[in-house]
Amino acid sequence: MADPSLTRRDLLKVGALGTVGLAAGGSVLALPGLAQGNAKAGQGQASHHDMMTVGQLTPGSFNPTAFLTHFDGGSVSRLPSGQVLREYELVAEDREIEVAPGVFYPAWTYNGQVPGPTIRCTEGDRLRVRFINKGKHSHSIHFHGIHPSNMDGAFEPVHPGRSFVYEFDAEPFGLHLYHCHTVPIKRHIHKGLYGAFIIDPKTERPPANEMVMVMNGFDTNLDGENEVYAINTVAFHYQQHPIKVRQGELVRVYLVNVTEFDLLNSFHLHGNLFRLYRTGTDLQRYEWTDTVALCQGERAVLEFSYKHAGPFMFHAHQSEFAELGWSGIFLVEAPHV
Amino acid sequence: MSKLDLPVKPASTRTEISAAPGAGRRVLPLWFKGLAPLVLLAALVVAFIQVGPLGVFRQSFPPVEELTVERIRLPQFGVMEVDVVNGGPEPVTIAQVMVDDANWVHQVDGSRTLDRLDSRTITIPYPWVEGEPHTVALVTSTGLTFTGEVAVAAQSPRADARYLTTFALLGIYAGVIPVFIGLLWLPFVRAVDRKWIDFFLSLTIGLLVFLGVSSLVESVETSSLVAAAFQGPALVLLGALGTPLVLAAVGRWRAGERGERSPLYVAGLIALGIGLHNLGEGLAIGTSYASGEIALGTFLVIGFLLHNTTEGLGIVSPLAQERPRTTSLILLGLLAGVPTILGAWFGGFTYSPVWTTLFLAVGAGAIAQVVYELWRLFARRPGGSLTAPLNVAGLLAGMVIMYATGLFVPA
Repeated sequence: MADPSLTRRDLLKVGALGTVGLAAGGSVLALPGLAQGNAKAGQGQASHHDMMTVGQLTPGSFNPTAFLTHFDGGSVSRLPSGQVLREYELVAEDREIEVAPGVFYPAWTYNGQVPGPTIRCTEGDRLRVRFINKGKHSHSIHFHGIHPSNMDGAFEPVHPGRSFVYEFDAEPFGLHLYHCHTVPIKRHIHKGLYGAFIIDPKTERPPANEMVMVMNGFDTNLDGENEVYAINTVAFHYQQHPIKVRQGELVRVYLVNVTEFDLLNSFHLHGNLFRLYRTGTDLQRYEWTDTVALCQGERAVLEFSYKHAGPFMFHAHQSEFAELGWSGIFLVEAPHV
Repeated sequence: MSKLDLPVKPASTRTEISAAPGAGRRVLPLWFKGLAPLVLLAALVVAFIQVGPLGVFRQSFPPVEELTVERIRLPQFGVMEVDVVNGGPEPVTIAQVMVDDANWVHQVDGSRTLDRLDSRTITIPYPWVEGEPHTVALVTSTGLTFTGEVAVAAQSPRADARYLTTFALLGIYAGVIPVFIGLLWLPFVRAVDRKWIDFFLSLTIGLLVFLGVSSLVESVETSSLVAAAFQGPALVLLGALGTPLVLAAVGRWRAGERGERSPLYVAGLIALGIGLHNLGEGLAIGTSYASGEIALGTFLVIGFLLHNTTEGLGIVSPLAQERPRTTSLILLGLLAGVPTILGAWFGGFTYSPVWTTLFLAVGAGAIAQVVYELWRLFARRPGGSLTAPLNVAGLLAGMVIMYATGLFVPA
């Protein structure tokens, strides 16, 4: 007898036998519904407005729009040598974050947010990062870049209630990242302990409308796969709240991939191409493209300006990621005349 | 030292604690004795909820959420309707809906938060693809996902006259006609020798045992789809044990003082048992049609046509030495066959794992009772024994026939 929970494989199997039955069975078995099925083609076609989360974030929660253009220079002073000293305080704490409207995820955070604050300094600055662990598990901060072994954050986990000061000179310039390096690393990263780390060159890059985009994902049901993909944590945020840029203005995106579980994540720009500076460590050489794939920990600086006004999508070119939240819109506005 | 050598304890001298004849003790009324524990229980529950030590039982880990997708309908192209029930202990909030791993807009017919046993229908404007599978995942506020599957997408039936007719015809093909064809064996059964009548009776028992076991197994299988709060296994137990008990009680009442069962009564009981079983079969047919598995439905009907013809034979076997009126025979046939139509309607339009589980279990229980009655019928016949070689052959033949015709019914 037919089990209502037939698998597709079962159906294919019996379907083949079934045609024999159909031949013998006669006309009683014509399905009225089927005949009507395609008559309505043309109705019910979906648009990008349908492939979307519903509702709004809880007021007061993490705001990806504010995060996008917020760069943390730390508290700045000068050492007796004249070297610039930037001091930061990062606190690891457990916090429930909203990764899609109404969907809450029990995260581990730096300073209560995922991604952690975007740390920004200039090449040659002295960084002093005081790390306090207020979480229930041991954590650490591992910065990418050049620094002494004992500042690497890999071998000395900071236990709950303890603190540690990471101190090193910022080098080389480029786009880096920081993340927890306590085992099991997979869990410590996917639960939210990461952030972007920008070291500007001594001669600044040309002025631009700058923004940071951290490609991340969340395994909300803990099955080892991400249910939510996003730029800066919240699914579809920049599709529901498009990023406004002006026609012709230089846009610079600091793009970092920390997505866990998937081998690659990617960035694809509509209606345009961008100059791709891998890791941002070279100001001259670039690739001109509209799509880039990055593995976890890889990052790139993207520069572009829009020739045409109007809404343009940007999204992962893994369609699945795009449909699960990693999708946004640049709203290009014509200059006021 | 063996056990036997152990020193024997002196038999304990138990003091009999007998209530002293109540000199001066008040005798409590009977109703009070009966209700007192209930009142105490109610008071305890109220106290527990109001002031009680509930905090002790409150846990720090997140509540166990449980949503069950009962049914996904595709009423028209580009629309999905998902029926969902909260069968878990805690309220659950549906935050987002994903179809085939893509977030999708949707509407919920009521609050997004479902209390225990609440149900909702979610409407999703999704361009489903004819003939292909789809998965709907409901994402709760805690990020858990609960999924439902459309095995093969096809437009769901609507309860219009044409569809009711289609399902009725289906039921007639699968249930009523084969049973009546089987009844046509009556003249044959009447003409053969006593020992061959016994053979056919044992064959009937074989058929019924097979049907009963298959009903029970299907009931257990379906019970796994039932939302936890509705306790699928308990439904199986209720149906499978409750039904024979009720039938036995009814039979006893009908048989009166003599304790005799008339052959017509036994035939009626068989028809009833088969009817209940066919209700379950009808549900399966209706469901496979409703979920768009047309070829499967066709094949099911052909299978049941062969399978169910033997059921008619089962009904007439006890009547071998009777002269039943034609109307009685027609009634027997309808009793056994018509439930297939009801099942097909029910399964086609409002498939629910709860009712399917219960009906299948009731069918299994009814058949168990019928087998018991037939057994008794045998025991009363002079020289009747199920273990006589010919009768054993009959029993086995019944099961083998069911197995062989069952090969035509996809399980």
